[in-house]
Amino acid sequence: MLLIYCPYCEEERSELEFRHGGDAHIARPTNMTEMTDEEFEAFFFLRDNVKGLTFERWRHLNGCGRFFNAARDTVSDKFLTTYKAGLPRPDIATLRPAASAPVETYEATESDAK
Amino acid sequence: MRKYSVFAVAREAMRGHKGWEAQWTSPEPRKEYDVIIIGAGGHGLGTAYYLAKEHGITNIAVLEKGWLGGGNTGRNTTIIRSNYLYDESAGIYEHALKLWDGLSQDLNYNVMYSARGVMMLSHNIHDQQVFKRHIHANRLNGIDNEWLTPEQAKEFCPPLDISRSARYPINGAALQRRGGTARHDAVAWGYARAAAARGVHIIQNCEVTGIRRNPDGSVAGVDTNRGQINAKKVGVVAAGHTSVLMEMAGVRMPLVSYPLQALVSEPVKPIFPCVVMSNTVHAYISQSDKGELVIGAGTDQYSSYSQTGGLQIITHTLDAICELFPIFRRMKMMRSWGGIVDVTPDRSPILAKTPVQGLYVNCGWGTGGFKATPGSANVFAHTIANDAPHKINAPFTLERFRTGRLIDEAAAAAVAH
Repeated sequence: MLLIYCPYCEEERSELEFRHGGDAHIARPTNMTEMTDEEFEAFFFLRDNVKGLTFERWRHLNGCGRFFNAARDTVSDKFLTTYKAGLPRPDIATLRPAASAPVETYEATESDAK
Repeated sequence: MRKYSVFAVAREAMRGHKGWEAQWTSPEPRKEYDVIIIGAGGHGLGTAYYLAKEHGITNIAVLEKGWLGGGNTGRNTTIIRSNYLYDESAGIYEHALKLWDGLSQDLNYNVMYSARGVMMLSHNIHDQQVFKRHIHANRLNGIDNEWLTPEQAKEFCPPLDISRSARYPINGAALQRRGGTARHDAVAWGYARAAAARGVHIIQNCEVTGIRRNPDGSVAGVDTNRGQINAKKVGVVAAGHTSVLMEMAGVRMPLVSYPLQALVSEPVKPIFPCVVMSNTVHAYISQSDKGELVIGAGTDQYSSYSQTGGLQIITHTLDAICELFPIFRRMKMMRSWGGIVDVTPDRSPILAKTPVQGLYVNCGWGTGGFKATPGSANVFAHTIANDAPHKINAPFTLERFRTGRLIDEAAAAAVAH
């Protein structure tokens, strides 16, 4: 089960409180009636389905109820960051180093506990 | 290929089993093939087999990035049925079911197809109405499916609790008697052996890294970690990784990949005679010939290629199983695993030509592709050989998401996805 940081509640909560909301940064067309079938297909049905870094929406349904966005690696399922709805995509170059930081082990964090 | 038979077993018994041949060879890839199939699962190997058997095309390579049958073919819950609602779906799944019956003889390989019956439990009036609608639709398509009273359901599947005090009371069931299970690994192995015997090259540990195109846009071949391989026709049969491969050819797909989990219990003596599914509480269960209870769980809510899923998904399914069959409450679960399934917006597969000349795709089987393996492979081979779909897979186009002619099994596939 994923642990997800809600940027509104500013807290890491269990996935059970959240609903996945599909791809982020898809602008809903304002001219739906004038679109061609190809444009509607691309907006509504076609997906990048990225293997690797993806930007997606989540909703803190059983919490604050608000939508926000997340950057997640679909191979490791690790979140690189979450950010409030309406904000632009974060610069991933600045996030990557954090993601590759060494994993905290019990020995590293607890063995010297006083 | 030396034929498997009772005489072969007797002969080998006499000489210490020294004469068995490898079931398929592992040749070095040639520079060029007539057809390349990407993905050596049941659907891909089957496609190669039917291309060789029915269309006379034997200069084929089946490329597999891992090992043969190691993807969803080896990870599913092996359930076979054809009781789908819509005519298009009924057509393709029934085509598969007819091929299952006789597949062992055709391949000279025991795929252990067992028509033990697939029973779908009805818990409320809505289930009952939906299942009866399915039954009528199926019968109009010549597919067996019948309504059982709770008593008849109990008679067919004795472990079932039909008392009114059950947590999820049962008011009837729909039964497809020809439905059942098969040995999933044997399906991949059987197709591999039969295809290899007809000259098909099965090349494992060969990952496709690019799809090559001619100046006119048509397919020229593929790049792999074992070098460039040319072919005028390439069929992508890669389940959860279809989007990744199609992106190499610049084709964006209407697919999202999700983890789907399954699990098996410790093996026990025969206790469970059929397949039971409950749409309403999301559980399905059968017993393998080894004795394990085989249990299918659901998909996670987020897209992923991790081949693992959340523990709460399994817990939810086990809750339902234990409520339906309290007898299983104290059983130990032995293994659980995940596979990556490619789900289309209408929950129906895509078996079709693509905008790229010479590139064909067989994908979108979502959470239920195993049952279709022979039928899917058969009509996909036809599509590749003739550069035109068979009438059975003609509705399963990629363009339907543009034209709107969806095959909307999302709510009709008789199992919660």
